[in-house]
Amino acid sequence: MNSILFATDLAELAPLTVAGPFLLAAVLAARLPVPFQRRHAELVAAAGALLVAVLCLLLLRETLDSDAPVVSQIGGWQPRGDGVVVGINFALDSLGATLALLAALLVGTSLVFAWRSFDAVGPTFHALILVFLGALTGFALTGDLFNMFVFFELMSVSAYALTAYRIERPESLQGALTFAITNSVGAVMILFGIALLYGRTGALNLAQVGEALAQQSSDELVVVSFALITAGFLVKAAIVPFHFWLADAYAVAPTPAAIVFTGVMSDLGIYAVARIYLTVFQAPLAPHVEGLRAVLVAFAVLTALVGAVMALGQDHLKRLLAFVTISQIGLALIGIGLLTPAGGAGATLLIPADGLLRAGLFVCLGAVLHRCGSVYQSRLHGRGRVLPRVFPILFVAGTLGLAALPPLGAFPGKAIIEEAAAEVGYGWTAAVFLLATALTAAALLRAGARVFLGWGPVAVARTDPREPPTEDSELTGSRGRVPTPMFVSAAVLIVAGLLVTAVPGAVDDAQRSAHLFADRNVYAAAVLGRPVPAPDPIHFVHIGDTAVVLGVVTVLATLVLSAILLERIRLPFRLPRSVMRAAEASFTRLRRQHSGQIGDYVAWATVGFALLGALFAAAT
Amino acid sequence: MSFLPYAVAVWICLVGLYGVVTSRHLVHTIICLSVVQSSTYVLLLAVGYRKDSVAPVFIDIPRDTPAVDPVVQALTLTDVVVGGAVTALLLAIAVQIEKHLDTLDPDELDPLRD
Repeated sequence: MNSILFATDLAELAPLTVAGPFLLAAVLAARLPVPFQRRHAELVAAAGALLVAVLCLLLLRETLDSDAPVVSQIGGWQPRGDGVVVGINFALDSLGATLALLAALLVGTSLVFAWRSFDAVGPTFHALILVFLGALTGFALTGDLFNMFVFFELMSVSAYALTAYRIERPESLQGALTFAITNSVGAVMILFGIALLYGRTGALNLAQVGEALAQQSSDELVVVSFALITAGFLVKAAIVPFHFWLADAYAVAPTPAAIVFTGVMSDLGIYAVARIYLTVFQAPLAPHVEGLRAVLVAFAVLTALVGAVMALGQDHLKRLLAFVTISQIGLALIGIGLLTPAGGAGATLLIPADGLLRAGLFVCLGAVLHRCGSVYQSRLHGRGRVLPRVFPILFVAGTLGLAALPPLGAFPGKAIIEEAAAEVGYGWTAAVFLLATALTAAALLRAGARVFLGWGPVAVARTDPREPPTEDSELTGSRGRVPTPMFVSAAVLIVAGLLVTAVPGAVDDAQRSAHLFADRNVYAAAVLGRPVPAPDPIHFVHIGDTAVVLGVVTVLATLVLSAILLERIRLPFRLPRSVMRAAEASFTRLRRQHSGQIGDYVAWATVGFALLGALFAAAT
Repeated sequence: MSFLPYAVAVWICLVGLYGVVTSRHLVHTIICLSVVQSSTYVLLLAVGYRKDSVAPVFIDIPRDTPAVDPVVQALTLTDVVVGGAVTALLLAIAVQIEKHLDTLDPDELDPLRD
């Protein structure tokens, strides 16, 4: 009775979220005797994204109603009575299902964006993005360690190919190469960690490995494998000092791919850290949780601040948004790194809101590039006026959502993380949130005001004479107007990003989900086919008045900061010249590290691996 | 259990990383990356090795003969395939870069930065 037609419950259909896109991609990539027309490829890809979205939505509803992960044993291989998993399973919970749904929605919108206009040759682009989607969902839903690695690699390889999709542009090729080499080094670290864990426990299923490690106290091998796996996934999440590749890759990826990259791919890196820590390492490392928290939060804070400062110094708009991505992943990692259910709940709220809004802003930039032929602020000064009025409005709305204007967009997630941090003595992270959010949002607002309104002094282009004066648009057809699909996808993403966390009940649902996600015993029992214990009572965190005040202060700080940067407000005093010079020198030094050289990036990553390992060793 | 294979795996990984960091030619970088990846093959096979045992093929030997762990061999095989795919894609990208820019020296490439 395991066939799809007779599926007795919805969980049996979960593997279809992966198999469906893969099969459709194979059909598109196959050289059929009758070649695919472009519009057919678009329809097939859209059907794939829709299938995954509908299935994930149904699965999400089912997991929200359930008190334990919904387990789908692939091929019907049930675990043995003694707790040995024979086959491979998907263990679905609402967090994984949410991320998979987010991936499907973003791929769907990116297909709408590219509809009839993205300058793609043949159905290869659509095949690649379907493989990418299948890998993303598989990664979010699987309950097996090695499966996670394989889906991770599959997602990465299709992402490299998508980045390099426009092979006529050397910068795309170079971005893809940097992306591929740094991430492959990260993947090797993950595999090292998995091999060590397998050597210790003889298992690859997350629940079974977790059970085996829970029987023993932690030793060096456990700490080393945790450090390796975490470091590998932090490369994907672009946490400082592993972040260099991200700006180089996202800035040159074609917009339809960049939408999905910025919206969900980076977030999956920190999701994986949380998933593996909670199911596998939680029990043996429980005595050391405070040390690990300190290390993870330190990396997260550094990332949030470095990303924000770099975002402020970018002329290239897509690069600016790439650094915004880095900063915000850092903020989400603060939530995950607290290693408490409440922190996880905050990250759960933050990730979809930020992801959708960033994707929406990328679409707005795509529209600017299409209409004006450039993505450099210095060249675009005021030229964005030719775009329909709705784009500046969407751009500002998206930025305010990222700035966490209560009660919209990033606000609930940010507020819950701040409350959760205060509970474990990390209340000071609220200041990091304020600073990083205000800096990134001000960088975006300044860019919007310059491009769409022509505000501020005309920036002197710091560009190289060798660069072409204009970039070619990614789109075919007339440049005279913005295609409707582009407007539709921007509007959908930004409105969804603003409202997704403001839905009544979202905050409580996220906390219930995060609590279940963190409950190792429930997870292990559900996967290993044992009676599921009653979950611990949930301790709900509420958004207090302080959080609302802080949110308003953040938005005000953003507005004032961008007004100062645009020289709309003059400061009543002047900063001493020595301070300015020192700030400029240190910024130049930071910027120079982003050299675009693969060797430098891998050297930084190696230093990061060693640092993370040493700090974890010291913490345990 | 000998520590030698583990030391070899770590050494291969570090040598490969050194190569990637100091490389002056993109094809060389890509080959060094596959050296890094091959360290995982050694590690995985070492994890599953049992002394005095045979390959896990039970066609003409008794079923209780000690055999090495077949799971890690399957993992290694998967990993080889993944590594092959990555290397092929990277070399294809390198060919395109050479076509457009006539060089593969990372210092002469002028990537997008500002």
